[in-house]
Amino acid sequence: MASPPLPWLKPAFLVGGLSPLALMLLDFARGSLGANPIERVLNQTGMLALIVLVASLACTPLKLVTGWTWPPRVRKLLGLLGFGYALLHFLVYVGLDQGLRVGALLEDITKRPFITVGFLALVLLVPLAVTSTQGMVRRLGFPRWQRLHRLAYVAVSLGVVHFVWRVKQDVTEPLVYGGVLALLFALRLAEAVRKRRARAALSAT
Amino acid sequence: VPKAKRPRGPYDTDEAPTPYEDATTYNNFYEFGLDKGDPAENAHTLKPRPWTVVIDGEVARPQRVDLDTMQSWFPLEDRVYRMRCVEAWSMVIPWLGFPLAGLLRRVEPTSKAKYVAFTTLKDPAQMPGQRAHTLDWPYVEGLRLDEALHPLTMLAVGMYGKVLPNQNGAPLRLVVPWKYGFKGIKSIVRISLTEKEPPTTWNLANGREYGFFANVNPEVAHPRWSQATERRIGELRRRPTLPFNGYADQVASLYTGMDLRKYY
Repeated sequence: MASPPLPWLKPAFLVGGLSPLALMLLDFARGSLGANPIERVLNQTGMLALIVLVASLACTPLKLVTGWTWPPRVRKLLGLLGFGYALLHFLVYVGLDQGLRVGALLEDITKRPFITVGFLALVLLVPLAVTSTQGMVRRLGFPRWQRLHRLAYVAVSLGVVHFVWRVKQDVTEPLVYGGVLALLFALRLAEAVRKRRARAALSAT
Repeated sequence: VPKAKRPRGPYDTDEAPTPYEDATTYNNFYEFGLDKGDPAENAHTLKPRPWTVVIDGEVARPQRVDLDTMQSWFPLEDRVYRMRCVEAWSMVIPWLGFPLAGLLRRVEPTSKAKYVAFTTLKDPAQMPGQRAHTLDWPYVEGLRLDEALHPLTMLAVGMYGKVLPNQNGAPLRLVVPWKYGFKGIKSIVRISLTEKEPPTTWNLANGREYGFFANVNPEVAHPRWSQATERRIGELRRRPTLPFNGYADQVASLYTGMDLRKYY
């Protein structure tokens, strides 16, 4: 079934996805980011990265469950937006929070598992962002491209671990993200099993 | 009300105090929520008067005392102290209070007294954060007796020349400026002298990250972040953290011969 073209779909998601950043910049300009603005920006960009990346992973399962065809059309946009927030989160940490002190940075990345997993999550997202174009899908071939992009689940899982280890005492909030992620993964897994069974049934006849 | 400039006391820092607005809207007080803006928003439910403090344990004169009475025993002093949070941010706060040593001497510790244990109010009606099991309530803290008797250690009833705001631990809180902020237990209802090291809340919650001593130490990293530097609230760049939060001259001798990496 052909879906309607929905020309406003991607612009709407782009504007919606960037509006928290615009609000943050506005708050920054007005000096209303609280007593510790760097910490605030660091926390908010991290949260946004996680939310938007989970949303990008929800696109395909949402289509499987509802039959809607529009979610996959914003998947790439959300993935890139989430990567952008993750990168901004990292740059705020390196530039504003740590003041570009390379020694302190290397110590953090190598000695503190909480930072290590966050950094690893970002690194894993890089090849996905680089290969997000149609040209790269063609160059890699779809099956290989698809295998590569399963890394998104690994990256976002590491992001959840990073969040769990960040929290001082109450891990309810990060575990909610972990739960949603597990649900999405289960839906993808169920779909893969269903497809394999269908193929097996087809070849048996 | 701005007060007349007073001479700098022997324990004061001459660093610029953190703006009152920041010191009263950004802090940890889990009894009122987990975010640092929560205490200012939610602490209006706390009723700081009338307030009774129980002093007991290894003392010759155990007693229950009304806070106004206790306060009348001691002249109030202004003390401008650095405050270093274990989360690597810091402030400069003018406290108003009296040395804990004066109170302890008044109740006459016995020869068995080696530690001082403190307890925060437990009342979920006044402290809604206690309805969640984020920590074992009530919050408890402790000091070795010599730390408690040190002239830097004070009980505060005010800050910035005003009555202590609820969110900052009204009506009575501990201030130990060479230790991480979580040692500064708030809204104290009980002070007990003990023979054994008392349990402390953050140490119970996560002993690997929070020790009993919790002396500010740039050389002992928190497992998740370095303690070598800190962000002074209001400043952009981090500054180096000083051993014992800059009070080493006054307090380092308390820990002679102790391995401060082991007893963090």
